[in-house]
Amino acid sequence: MTWDIALILAMDGLANGAVYLLAGLGLVLIFSVTRVVFVPFGDIAAFAALTLAAFETKRVPPTIGLVLTLAALAVATEVASLLRRHEHAKVARAIAAWGLLPALPCLAAWLATRPGVPPAVHVGVSVLLVVPIAPLLARVVFQPIADASVLVLLIVSLALHFLLSGLGLLFFGPEGSRTAPLATGSLQIADGFVVSGQVILMIASALVLSGLFFLVFERTIAGKALRATAVNRVGARLVGIRPARTALLAYGCASLLAGLIGVLIAPVTTMYYDSGFIIGLKAFVAAIIGGLVSYPATAAGALAVGLVESFASFWSGALKDVIVFSLLIPVLMLRSFLTAHAEEDDEEIDT
Amino acid sequence: MKTLIRTATAAALATAFSVSAWAADLKVGLSVALSGPNSSLGIPYSKGMQAALAYRPEVNGRKIQLVVLDDNSDPSTAGRNARKLIEEEKCDVIMGTSGVPSALAMAQVAKETKTPMIGLTPISLDAADNPWVFTVAQPTQLMVDAVVDRMKANGVKTVGYIGFSDAWGDLVYDALMKATPAAGIKVVSNERYARADQSVTGQVLKIVALRPDAVMTGGAGTPGALPFLALTERGFKGGVYGQHGLINPDFIRVAGASGQNALMPTGPVIVAEQLPNDYPTKKVALDFRAAFQKVNGTPSTDAFSAYSFDGWLVFADAAARAKGEPGTPEFRAALRDAIATTKEVVGTHGVYNFKVGNIYGVDNRARVIVKLDNGQWKLAP
Repeated sequence: MTWDIALILAMDGLANGAVYLLAGLGLVLIFSVTRVVFVPFGDIAAFAALTLAAFETKRVPPTIGLVLTLAALAVATEVASLLRRHEHAKVARAIAAWGLLPALPCLAAWLATRPGVPPAVHVGVSVLLVVPIAPLLARVVFQPIADASVLVLLIVSLALHFLLSGLGLLFFGPEGSRTAPLATGSLQIADGFVVSGQVILMIASALVLSGLFFLVFERTIAGKALRATAVNRVGARLVGIRPARTALLAYGCASLLAGLIGVLIAPVTTMYYDSGFIIGLKAFVAAIIGGLVSYPATAAGALAVGLVESFASFWSGALKDVIVFSLLIPVLMLRSFLTAHAEEDDEEIDT
Repeated sequence: MKTLIRTATAAALATAFSVSAWAADLKVGLSVALSGPNSSLGIPYSKGMQAALAYRPEVNGRKIQLVVLDDNSDPSTAGRNARKLIEEEKCDVIMGTSGVPSALAMAQVAKETKTPMIGLTPISLDAADNPWVFTVAQPTQLMVDAVVDRMKANGVKTVGYIGFSDAWGDLVYDALMKATPAAGIKVVSNERYARADQSVTGQVLKIVALRPDAVMTGGAGTPGALPFLALTERGFKGGVYGQHGLINPDFIRVAGASGQNALMPTGPVIVAEQLPNDYPTKKVALDFRAAFQKVNGTPSTDAFSAYSFDGWLVFADAAARAKGEPGTPEFRAALRDAIATTKEVVGTHGVYNFKVGNIYGVDNRARVIVKLDNGQWKLAP
C-alpha cells in the first residue's frame, strides 16, 4: 500500500463515516429518549433516496401514498383515543395535526412532479416527504406500547423494518437507482489525489449537522427537554415535560436526518429498496461504541467504522462486513468490564 | 330441479367430451416468476412464450396448449408448480424459470415424474444423473471463452478480476481461470464484493495498483455496475469486460457514461438487426421480433423472451418427431429422446444440437461480442 492509496481509502472511509455519523446520531437520539432501537431508520433513508430517483425519472414517488396512509392511520388512532377519553373538543386539532400537517409535503411532492421544476427542489421535497414517516409510525405503533420492555420495543421495531422494506420492494421494484450528483466539480489536493465535490458535501453536512445538534441540545428548551427525558423519564414528567411529545420530536429529528442521509448518498452509491438496512446496521455498531447514550463517542465510532470498512475492503473485499461487525466484540467486552450493573434486567422482571 | 340436473348432465358431458377432444393436443407447462424479485426476468419469459405460441401454434396438425403458472420467485413454489403442471394439467413438457435455484427445483420434479424439461436459464446439474433436463441458455464457459478470445485479440496480457462474492462470481471466475492459460493471459486479482455493497473503491484501488491491461467483471444486473463506476472514477484506462449477466437495460441506466465501450458477450438476438445477412440465426431472430411485437404490442429489448421462443422451437421440433399419443408416459419418453437428438434447430440465440449426456445444446454461433455505445448495444465483430 502506498501513501496515495491510503489517502484515497481514508477519504472514502471518512465519507462513509460521515453517513454513519448522521445515522448513529439519529439512532442514539431515538434510543435515549424512547428506549427504541429504531431499526427502520435506514429504510427511511432508502425511501428518501428512491423518492429522489423517482423524481429524476419523472415518476410520481409512491412514498406519497405511504405517508398519506400512515397519516390516515395516525388520525384514526388519535381520534379513537380522544373519543375514548371523551375529549371531543380536541378532535379537530388532532385531525389537523396528524392528518393535514403530513399531507403538506405530499402536496409539495405532487406539485414537484410537474415539468420544469429545478432539481434542487426535488432534493428538498424528497427530504421533507420522508420527515413525517418516523413520527407517524411512532404514533401508530410505538406510543401505545411506550412502557414495554426494551426487548419488546426492539422486536416491534424489527417487524416494522421488514414491513417497510417489503413496501419499498413493492413501490420501487427490485432494481437499484442512482441520482445525479448534488455537487459537481472536485478539489485537487495533491498530485493524483482528487476529492470529489460530493464527498466534501457529505463530510461538511455531517460536521454542520452535528454542530447544530450540539447547539440545539445545549441552548434550546426543546433540546433540554429531550435530554431531560433521556436522563430520566419520570423525573422529566414531574417537571412538566411530556414524554410522548419529546419522543415525537426525537422521531421527527431522526426522520429528517434519515432523509438527509438518503439524498446525500444516493449519488455515490446504488440504492436499492433494502440498502438502508445495512447503513442502519453499521450506524448501530457506531452507536454501540457510544454505548447508545454518548453522542461524541458515537461520532468517533462512526468515523472508525467508516475507516475500518474502507481499509478492510482493500485488504479483503469479501470479508469487509465481517471485519466491521467484529469491531463489536472488543467494544462490548470492554464495556461489560467497565460497567458493573444491568438495570434493564430488573425492569423486565418487574413487568 | 329437473332442468338443473339436465343442465348439469349436459355440462358434464360437454366437459368430458371436450377433455377427450383435447387429449390429442400437446400441452406445454410454463412456470416462471410473474411476481417477486425475479419478475423482471419472469415477465419477459412469459411474454416470449406467448409470442412463440402465436408463431407456431401447432405441430403436425396437433394444437399446442400453453399453461402458465407463477412461482413468486420462490424455489419451493416452482417445485410445486412443476408437480401441478405434470400431475394435474398432464403437460408433456415443462419449461422454466427465472432463477437458477427455482429451475433446479423443477428439474428434480421432472426427473421424478419422468417428464422432459426445457430450462430457460443455465442449470448446473449432472446430465448423467438427470437425463430429463435440457436448457436453451448458453453455458457460462462458452460466453467467457468468447471474452477471453477478444482479450487476446486486443493484446491483453494481464487481467484483473472483480466479481460478486456469491455463486455467480465464482462461476465467472472459474470460467475465466479455465480459459486464460491457453490464451497466454494472466489473471492478477480475484476481488469480490457483495450484491448489496455501497462501494468497491477499496477493491478497485487494489486492482488499479496492479496495473492490469484489462479488467473482467463478474456481476449481474444493477449491482454489476459498481466496478464500472469505480474504475471510471479512478481513471482506469484499460478495457473493461463484462459477461451476459450485465445485458440488461437497468445496468445501462445505473452505469451511465462509465459503461461506455465496455465489451461483453451475449446471444446474437440482442443485436439481430446489426447481424450480417448470412448469420444463421438472423432470420429467426427477426421473425421473433415481429411475432413479439404483434402479440404483446411492444418491441422486445431483452434476452429472456428470446430464450422462451427458442425453448418452444426446440420442443416443437422434437414433438414433430416423437411418436405416441400426447399425455401418456410413452409420449413423454419419446419426446425426451427426440429432444436429445435435436439437430441444427435454428433459434434466436443460437443453433441447437442436443446430445445425451449434455444439458446444453449451443455452440459458437450462440454468442457475439457487443459493445456499449451511448446506452445502446452495438455488435463488435
